[in-house]
Amino acid sequence: MSAATPPLSNPPKPQAKALNCPQCGAAITLRALGHAETVVCESCHSILDAKDPNLQILQKFEAIAGADRPLIPLGTRGKLRGTDYEVIGFQRRSIQVEGISYHWHEYVLFNPYKPIRYLTEYNGHWNDISVCKELPVTQFASANYLGEVYKHFQSSDATTDYVLGEFPWQVRVGEHAAVAEYVKPPRVLSAEKTANEVTWSLGEYTYGADIWKSFNLPGSPPEAVGVYENQPSPVSENVKGIWAAFLAFAIFLLLLMAGFDVISNKGTAFESSYRLNAGEPRGEASFVTDVFNLEGRTSNVEVSTSAGVDNSWIYLNYALINQDTGQAWDFGREVSYYHGYDSDGSWSEGSTKDTVVIPSVPAGHYYLRIEPEVDPKHPPTAYSVQVKRDVPVLGFFGIAFLALLLPAIAITWRSINFERMRWAESDHPPIKIGNSEE
Amino acid sequence: MTQPVSNCPNCGAKIVFQWSSSVQTVCQYCKSILVRTNVDLKKVGQVADLPPDSSPIQLNTEGIYRNKAFVVGGRILYEYDQGGWNEWHITMNDGTSAWLSDAQNEFAISFATNTAGLPASTQVKVGQQYSWNNQHYTLTVITPAHYRGVEGELPFQYWDKTDVTFADLRSETGKFATLDFSDEQPALYLGEFVEFDDLKLKNLRSFKGW
Repeated sequence: MSAATPPLSNPPKPQAKALNCPQCGAAITLRALGHAETVVCESCHSILDAKDPNLQILQKFEAIAGADRPLIPLGTRGKLRGTDYEVIGFQRRSIQVEGISYHWHEYVLFNPYKPIRYLTEYNGHWNDISVCKELPVTQFASANYLGEVYKHFQSSDATTDYVLGEFPWQVRVGEHAAVAEYVKPPRVLSAEKTANEVTWSLGEYTYGADIWKSFNLPGSPPEAVGVYENQPSPVSENVKGIWAAFLAFAIFLLLLMAGFDVISNKGTAFESSYRLNAGEPRGEASFVTDVFNLEGRTSNVEVSTSAGVDNSWIYLNYALINQDTGQAWDFGREVSYYHGYDSDGSWSEGSTKDTVVIPSVPAGHYYLRIEPEVDPKHPPTAYSVQVKRDVPVLGFFGIAFLALLLPAIAITWRSINFERMRWAESDHPPIKIGNSEE
Repeated sequence: MTQPVSNCPNCGAKIVFQWSSSVQTVCQYCKSILVRTNVDLKKVGQVADLPPDSSPIQLNTEGIYRNKAFVVGGRILYEYDQGGWNEWHITMNDGTSAWLSDAQNEFAISFATNTAGLPASTQVKVGQQYSWNNQHYTLTVITPAHYRGVEGELPFQYWDKTDVTFADLRSETGKFATLDFSDEQPALYLGEFVEFDDLKLKNLRSFKGW
C-alpha cells in the first residue's frame, strides 16, 4: 500500500458477527452491527451491550412462561414498500385498561441505509410504522398531521415486558412510556412520551397476508380478531359511493317515470255514469255497457269507479269481456266512504274513488258487465265508471326505488356498526344502544 | 481553491486540508488531533479508536442538497444513554459550512446561526415552543450526551469536551433545530430533515450483505 492511500476508516465488517453470551455462553448473532445498542441472549434472557466487544450484561429478565415467539423469525429479510429490511429485534409491550392487560408485539426492521422501521402485531392486526419527521399538532381530542385530522383513540402507559434480538436503542424490560394514539384509518399516529423525549410515529394498517408475502413466510398469518383501531372499514369507503349511486338511480327513475308518463297513452276508452236505487231487485241490477275499443299493444287497463257514497258503500262485480274472443276478466270492487266525529275529533275512512289496473289486456273490442250492490237502507247512489288504456304503473318504480334504498341502508348500517366496534375499544366508546352489550 | 498542505507534527504524514476554513483535523495515520495555528499544526490530543459504527456516511461522501454539491469533511461522534449519533461536517460547493446529522439513519441538515437571546440549558423543557426566523418549533428531546470521538476536518476546535447537552426541536413542516449547550453561550443550528435518497449520496460506505 502506498503512503498516499490512507487506510479505510471503517473497514467493511462481516454481515453477521458470532459472539458468545458472557452469562451462559450461548451463541449470539449480531445482525445490525454498529446499529445495535443492545442484543438479547435467547437462552438466558440477558440484555447485552451490543457496542461492547465483551457484550457486557445490562439486564437479566425473567422470560414469561410460554413466552411469545416472534411470528417473523429474527434474521428474516423481506421487501416492504420497495425496500429490503431484516427483522433484528422483537419486543412484547403491554398496557393495562380497567385492570385487564392487553399486549402486542413489535418487530424492529433494519436496513443500513434507511431509518429503522417497525411492524406491530395485535390479535392478527398489523401496522407498518415509521418515525415522523414532521411534528403533529394536538388540540383537544385530535392531532393534525400533514393537513389531516386524526381522532384521539386511546392514551395508555405501555410497558416493555419481553425482548429478543437487537435494538437500536438501549432497551430494558420494565421500561414505561406514555402512549397516545390518534387514528384516521388506515393510519394511526402515536406519541410516545418519556421524561426527556416525545417521539411521534405513523403507522399504516397492513394485512397479515401482505406481511407473509413480503417476508416469504410459510403458512398463513394469524387471523385478525375483532376490529382494530385503525383498521380500514370494509364498508365505510362504500357508504358515500352507494348513496351517490342511490341518488343517481333515484333521479334516473324519476326521469324514467316522467318519460313513461309522457309516452303512455292514458286515453279514456270508455266512460259512463249510472244511478242505482236502493231496494231494486238484485237481478235487474246486472247490465252490460256499450262496446268500446282497446287499441295498440297488449297493455294494461285501468278501471276507475267513482261513487257518491256518504257514510255508505257500493259493491260492483265487474267483468271485462272481449267481444271477439269471449275472454273475460272478473273482479269485484268496493267503494265506501265513512266519516264522523268522536271524542278524538273528526275521522274518515275509505274514499269515494277506487282504481284497479288489469295487466296484459290484448287489443280488441270489449264491454263491461256490471253488477252493482248497495246498502238497501241508503238512498239512490250515483256512480261512474271510467276505462283507461295503457296507464303508467308507478308501483314498479316504487319497488325499484326500495331495491336501491335497502342495500344503501344495509351498508350504512354495517359501516356504523364497524365504527362502533372500533370505538368501543377506545377511550371514547360510543353510547351503547339498548342493553345488548355487557 | 488551493488546498493548504502540511505535515503531521506527530508522524510526519502529509496533511491536506480539503476545506480552507478548517480549524482542526485528525491525522488519518496516527489519529493525532491537530489544530491549525498561524504557522503550523499543533497536536492537541489523540483520538481513541472509534467504536463500531453504523452510519452509511463516511469521510469524502458526496451529495447534493438544494442543488448544491457538498462533500463530507469530518465528524463528531456523540453518545448518550440510549445510543449514539454522528454529526458530519459538510462543505457546500459555495464554501458554506453545514452539518449532516445521522441519528439511526434519520438525517437532517442544519446550519449554524448567530441568534441572540437563546435559552440556557437549565431553562429548556420538552414541549416548549420557540420561534426563530418566523418558524415555530417544538422542543421534542433533551439529550445529555458525551463526546465520543472526532474524525477529519472540523470548523472549530473540538477535542477536550466531555459532557454536552443538546435540545432538539421539530416543526410541523419537517424543519429541525438544535440548541447546542456545549459552550458557555448556547448555539442554535437551524435546518430540516432530509431523505437519504434525496441527497443522492456517492462514496457511501458499503455493508456486506446489503
